Amino acid sequence: MSMIKLTVNGVARSASAEPRMSLLDFLRENLGLNATHMGCEHGVCGACSVILDGAPVRSCLLFAVQADGHAITTAEGLRKDDGTPGVIMDSFMEAHGLQCGYCTPGMMIAAHALLEQTTSPSDDEIHEAIGGNLCRCTGYAQIVEAIRLAGRRMKDAS
Amino acid sequence: MKAASFDYIRATSLDHALSALAESEDAIILAGGQTLVPMMAMRLARPATLIDLNEISELAGITNRDGYLSIGTMTRQAAALASTEVNAQTPLLAKALSFVGHTQTRNRGTVGGSIAHGDPSAEIPLAAIALNAEIGLASRTGTRTVTARDFYTGPLSSVRRTDECLTEIRFPIWSGTVGVGFQEISPRHGDFAIVAVAAQLEFGADKVCRRASIAVGGASANPVHAAEVEAALVGKRIDPRLANEVSRAVDPILSPTDDLHATAAYRRRVARVLTERAILEAAA
Amino acid sequence: MTAPLDSHAPNTRYVARKRRVTEDKRLAAGRGNFVQDIVLPGMLHVAVLASPHPRAKILSIDTSAALALPGVAAVLTGAQLSAATNPLYGGLPTPEVKWYPLAVDLTRYAGEWVAVVAATSRGLAEDAIELIAVEYESLPCIIDPEAALLPDAPLVHPGHKSNVLYRQTFTWGPVADDFAKAEDTLTFRARWNRSSTVPIETFGALARWDIGREIIEIWASIQMPNYAEQIAASLRIPLNSVKVHHDVDVGGSYGVKRGIKHTIIVAHLSRMLGGVPVRLIEDRLDNMSGGDAHGPDRIFDTTVAFDKNGSIRSLKIRALDDAGAYPGRGPFQLGKPIAALVGPYTINSVEYEAISVTTNKTGQVPVRGFGQSPTNFMIETAVDKVARHLGLDRLEIRRRNFIAPNAFPYEIPTGTKYDSGNYPAVLDKGIALADWQHLTLRRDAIRKEGRLAGIGVATCLEPGGGNNMFEYLMNPAAEITTFMEGCGIRVDSSGRITGIMGTTTSGQGHETLVATIMGEELEREPDDIRVLHADSLAGLPTRSPVASRMAIMLGGAAAGAARKIKDKLIKIAAHNLGVGESELDYDGGTFFDRANPARKLTWEQLCIIAHRQYHKLPAGLEPGLQAEYVWQVPGGGQLPDAQDKVQLYPCFSFQAHFALIEIDPGTGKVSILDYALAHDCGTVINPDIVRGMIIGGVAHGIGAALYEQFTYAPDGQFMSATFADYLMPSVFEVPFVRDVEHCTPSPLTSHGQKGSGEGGYLGAPACIASAVNDALSTRNLCLDSLPMHMMKIEALLNGDSQT
Repeated sequence: MSMIKLTVNGVARSASAEPRMSLLDFLRENLGLNATHMGCEHGVCGACSVILDGAPVRSCLLFAVQADGHAITTAEGLRKDDGTPGVIMDSFMEAHGLQCGYCTPGMMIAAHALLEQTTSPSDDEIHEAIGGNLCRCTGYAQIVEAIRLAGRRMKDAS
Repeated sequence: MKAASFDYIRATSLDHALSALAESEDAIILAGGQTLVPMMAMRLARPATLIDLNEISELAGITNRDGYLSIGTMTRQAAALASTEVNAQTPLLAKALSFVGHTQTRNRGTVGGSIAHGDPSAEIPLAAIALNAEIGLASRTGTRTVTARDFYTGPLSSVRRTDECLTEIRFPIWSGTVGVGFQEISPRHGDFAIVAVAAQLEFGADKVCRRASIAVGGASANPVHAAEVEAALVGKRIDPRLANEVSRAVDPILSPTDDLHATAAYRRRVARVLTERAILEAAA
Repeated sequence: MTAPLDSHAPNTRYVARKRRVTEDKRLAAGRGNFVQDIVLPGMLHVAVLASPHPRAKILSIDTSAALALPGVAAVLTGAQLSAATNPLYGGLPTPEVKWYPLAVDLTRYAGEWVAVVAATSRGLAEDAIELIAVEYESLPCIIDPEAALLPDAPLVHPGHKSNVLYRQTFTWGPVADDFAKAEDTLTFRARWNRSSTVPIETFGALARWDIGREIIEIWASIQMPNYAEQIAASLRIPLNSVKVHHDVDVGGSYGVKRGIKHTIIVAHLSRMLGGVPVRLIEDRLDNMSGGDAHGPDRIFDTTVAFDKNGSIRSLKIRALDDAGAYPGRGPFQLGKPIAALVGPYTINSVEYEAISVTTNKTGQVPVRGFGQSPTNFMIETAVDKVARHLGLDRLEIRRRNFIAPNAFPYEIPTGTKYDSGNYPAVLDKGIALADWQHLTLRRDAIRKEGRLAGIGVATCLEPGGGNNMFEYLMNPAAEITTFMEGCGIRVDSSGRITGIMGTTTSGQGHETLVATIMGEELEREPDDIRVLHADSLAGLPTRSPVASRMAIMLGGAAAGAARKIKDKLIKIAAHNLGVGESELDYDGGTFFDRANPARKLTWEQLCIIAHRQYHKLPAGLEPGLQAEYVWQVPGGGQLPDAQDKVQLYPCFSFQAHFALIEIDPGTGKVSILDYALAHDCGTVINPDIVRGMIIGGVAHGIGAALYEQFTYAPDGQFMSATFADYLMPSVFEVPFVRDVEHCTPSPLTSHGQKGSGEGGYLGAPACIASAVNDALSTRNLCLDSLPMHMMKIEALLNGDSQT
């Protein structure tokens, strides 16, 4: 077992884990952060997306020990400090950019990473940002609309 | 789908990594992990020791030196793709990188990891073979350089010894007027290629092709260098008729096999089509 | 003059209005309650050992090393489990086809579960799985469904003495006459290869045997009817000892989240271990190879009889479906399409030979549309072929054969009455949206440049509401004519409303549905209405969210329950205002004396009376404000007549799809350049939900048409166990889909609504196939096999018959 110390959503956290434990399982099981979802565990579906040191990655393709000393943002981190939905979450609600909600946290993480770069993304940029996140419910249209809406709102607010 | 247990070593320097590699039985190097980790999760790979290179900053970075663009083995694919240096000096690599996986896998996946893994249809090895990049290897006993065309010995296998670690990949910088073409067919955007063709051409002021590098991936055990096609282009002005004609020369060098996604016959036919298109793209 | 049925501006407060979806509030905040999120103290984790052989005798299993591993609580084999449980429910009268959660003596497909381990972590359980030693004797297997019919084929279930699970020919209407009279016929084969819905969440189940209460508690990612009944039957316990928690959010299903075998495994283990909670979360390999995941796998041989003017008289259809090793409800997917076997067309008669065979593949489970999408693909292929043969425009031939708007209710030859529809109007809306003329210009411009392009069109039905009397047609022992859904309502003393439904939701927005309809009926704000998912012991009867039925059936039950409340409120108001019930007006919760509107009782006052002021209640009226309503499917309740004619499903939604595609002749790759559809599901309850399911269904259909296939090698090995091999469309593969709604209300439902959950999936495969064949027709080629992998198309274009 290794002690892993990391920053999650701005908060210092630590827990011990076997080296073989994925960051995904560590977040869910050891830190109780359930928003990050397990879809395929082989790096294709994107449901487990998190931000590692500013860049979106698959948490199923990282061992938790690798995150020691690093900073992670999970979908929980897209809430406001008081626990209410942040602008991306609220935009997904407004545009109904989801159905079953399973791929949604990964999609929102991908959207967050994109909107950090630009609040007026082109369609191509949106496609590139969520191209590695599979959704089986929506056919993506309302997700793309939710991301555009979130961008507009972020732009208006800034 | 949980990995079997292993010992984890977070290497803090290249020397540390090389020592650990020399001293550990049955150790595997962990670079970006975008291929290795799923293999471990499926228990298709089960190292006793995993040596993590991700904290070694000396292994990442892009340097323009002695006519080569040296890319540190741990340079993230995303960093290489975003690099203006890569784009300006090795445009073929830049183009190839845009076909690799997705944003999230490129943020973690490394240039060296892809080279070391050696998937027959992967884009970075294809670009490396097209340009005959030089691959720097280090072990506790010394360093050596192997050219990309001499590096692979079969699918997922290379001349790298188990005590060796890639340190850098040196892509030659072409001067003059250079055009590149990268053509790939995959069922979906971001999938591994079924067949891919990389072409880099240099042209004189008269638009005559002075130098050509072409390689085909996905249609043999490793990407293959299409010397005959290159020879047929040098000294000529490229037009569609010529591209069509010379692309036929890829056929004899291919040895494709059937798999779930494509038959050998498909790969063979498509390799020719994509060669023709890559040449025209590079000449455009 | 009567009001036109096509009014798209219903006079409603909440129904059909843009409103946020209740469920999104928690799901988009990352606060779902998925089965993986439920953690009980001391919970054990299960991993499975899968057979590497498509067909093999199990000679021995040695579990001692696995059991000795610290942290392992139990190892269970098929022999042990089958001794303690009854076989899983099949449905067909095939007593010798026995299905247990773990293989007994014989394995019947590569990936079949042979043993399981329960341990303190999933990783440890997988370690233990590697320590189980199984000795197999590999046997020849049968993979091809046609070969499975041959007399010398290896038998998947030797006791059944045949690989045919079901074979019957139905003749509805004067088929022979119609064929004799027809001026021409065409025969073709259409192949729908094995694919599925593949939700991003795998299946998972968690069980805890509550010893003190003698109740097995289940939390599962489930979407199926009779789940609790099947658990009770297999575990040999009373039905009221099974409590299925329905407040588990299900991460997508579209039909496949069955997982009965997983449930029996964890439930049995929990009982065996004295009540320790046990959970099994499939990993993706478990899910794809051995889970309940694969859909229809079908070969159609169809002959269509028609006249030179394009009028289609009759169809002869042979549908051979590969149910895999364990049939479950899979074979019934041959039966449901009988509900719309002639599509939206005035086809006078139909012969239908339905054959279900068993092979050494994973068992087939229900998939979105329950067999309708393959059938629609076949029907639309027939229509396109007739048009091409006659040189008729593909829109024109559809118009000539459409059931006329004034012909509803319209009885098709199989005995089902379509409730309502206006197919020409929807087609016209679709043509306008797609801009058919512009599509044609674009296609022709591409062709002029020497490339391949095609336009697809498909006009398809979506039967909705359930009523699976096809089950009786296929097995008369299944004398089940009740297809109901219940809903409860409680209005508390403060006036707040709680709706109570009795099943799970996997993205369809049922809480929104119930709240919207209750709000509409009672004129109260839906956002203030809570909707609970009662567990299977506390809730009312439910048939679960299958069959595009919830808007119809749960919506109807919610409306019925709300109307009971309103009826009661009227009585209280009339009594207290001293006027007759008919002398009251109602607005937003308040009753007014029509003669003197200043005299009124507000919602809050009425609720206080109902709950606190018995002395103000009319004599004999039950105190409190609560009601239950259980609704039988409209038109249901009858057995088939002597000609096998019967009403299947009450409501028929309609969709017209259009696509422009280009094929790269060098690689065979298809690009979808444009996609548009017009859709009519009657009254839309929530526009965002319907639009999402329609477009999501199109994406799913694009997958089935171009990319997705569960492939088996000829030696029986399963080739598509990962997401790198089973290819689902990403945002890059799904074009921007333009959609437009049309509204032909159903006369049978509470607000005119019909089903929409099976959505665009019922038309998109047919439409893409139509487009590809329009492109291929310029080279006199055709391809009638889905998915249309680029490799298949390229081989066709290059004359390679081997591929």
